Amino acid sequence: MTAPLLVVEDLEAGYGAITALRGVGLDVHAGEIVTLIGSNGAGKSTLLRTISGLVRPRCGRIVFAGEEIGGARPDRIVRLGVCHVPEGRRIFANLSVHENLQMGAYVRRNEESKTLERVLALFPRLRERLRQAGGTLSGGEQQMLAIGRALMARPRLLLLDEPSLGLAPRLVEQIFDIVRAINAEGTTVVLVEQNAQQALRIASRAYVLETGSLVLQGAAAELAADPRVRRAYLGEES
Amino acid sequence: MNGVAWGGIYALIALGYTMVYGVLKLINFAHGEVYMVGAMTGYYAAHWLGVAGAPSLTGLVLTLGASMIACALLAALIERVAYRPLRSAPRLAPLITAIGVSLLLQNLGQIVFGADPKFFPTLIESRNVFEMGGLSVSNVQLTVLGTALALMAGLELVVMRTRFGRAIRAVSFDAPAAALMGVPVDRVILGTFVVGAMLAAAAGVLVGLTNPKIEPLMGVLPGLKAFVAAVLGGIGNIPGAMVGGILLGVIETLVSGYLSSTYRDAIAFVLLIVILLYRPTGLFGVSQTEKV
Repeated sequence: MTAPLLVVEDLEAGYGAITALRGVGLDVHAGEIVTLIGSNGAGKSTLLRTISGLVRPRCGRIVFAGEEIGGARPDRIVRLGVCHVPEGRRIFANLSVHENLQMGAYVRRNEESKTLERVLALFPRLRERLRQAGGTLSGGEQQMLAIGRALMARPRLLLLDEPSLGLAPRLVEQIFDIVRAINAEGTTVVLVEQNAQQALRIASRAYVLETGSLVLQGAAAELAADPRVRRAYLGEES
Repeated sequence: MNGVAWGGIYALIALGYTMVYGVLKLINFAHGEVYMVGAMTGYYAAHWLGVAGAPSLTGLVLTLGASMIACALLAALIERVAYRPLRSAPRLAPLITAIGVSLLLQNLGQIVFGADPKFFPTLIESRNVFEMGGLSVSNVQLTVLGTALALMAGLELVVMRTRFGRAIRAVSFDAPAAALMGVPVDRVILGTFVVGAMLAAAAGVLVGLTNPKIEPLMGVLPGLKAFVAAVLGGIGNIPGAMVGGILLGVIETLVSGYLSSTYRDAIAFVLLIVILLYRPTGLFGVSQTEKV
């Protein structure tokens, strides 16, 4: 078996006096969709923010494609091929849709127009709105723009934080289909979701985080059948 | 007309305030001193380059260039030494540091350049090109205004059309999100300081053309007034700073012409109070909702 694309070992991180992650370890193999589920405040977002360099780890290791990236600057991590679509989409509302996509390609200027075509083929709605300011898009369109913007950097590993948050059910379905399509084209995906049902449906493996520690892990189908998971995250009556 | 020329100078300085505020939410109170250093280095550059005696357009361009480069270096140094180490400190800390840098430069200026006023060399032979009724326009005023407008147009082009400009706008809007796009945020902030300082340096040279008496404390009042101009236009808003600067120059001149020149300096601050009371976001500002 080949070495995993991403290895996280014994990671601890937090903000000020608060420790948000304790001894977290996981690995992600090339081509997988791995989902992290857990309730609010379990540390899912912090884990992604630490991998992408926004939060400095206190201890532990993060290795991507054989390179140690724990504590590296975010722009270096993007250059290596890790792209993070943050929670709340964080579109540049004052920039046009086209400029938002150009920002995504900040570190990959060569072949920018070719990548743009690919992204617009995936999200035809964005093509109609290229000249509009990013802030005028609807929630679903903004999520598409956020994902499209990350794809502009041609990542090997895509970190998605709550892509379905606040979207209508029909759009949620669409977003998950797109994530699957992106993965089918060869991008490895780490998906953080509160919508555990959908996430477990498209993921190959899953980790469950509770108050900063990993409590369960396994194949997505197995976890979806696990009574503890069903009770806590899939809304099943006990 | 003198008001419009002063307005152009205020606008150039105000742009530096507003751009730095945009990326760092910091009022860089040392900015007025960068403008002073711009005038001073312009003075020395003109002498060293030997263009001080013979007025010529090339002389003006060379002087502008030298002074802009010098201030770019100064601003880069200030940012690295005084502001970058405080990037994650509470917002009050860099503000206090800015005031400290401002005082430091005023006093260093008196040591290095001497406290006595100097007289900026005549780089353009002054003559009236236009006179009608009470209105007279000199070629110096036109040069000042023209240069200021050209620099502002250049800035607009950089900010709206280049990759660096796009990065500045992205960092202003949401720095962590920009970092996730691979933007080296610290370098963009440094670049913003440098661009602002170059505009302030140009303002320093231009002011030397119209008001040749320059001294190390000359940056205090125009610096504060340009800050008012930036607030007038809406702090963080680039076109706002341009309009705010010109407006302030015109208002000042009208006040000193029709009321009394003693009120000239006071009016800017009266204006500041009025804006903060009735329209704190400035003429072009939109009230920003807090990002969650």
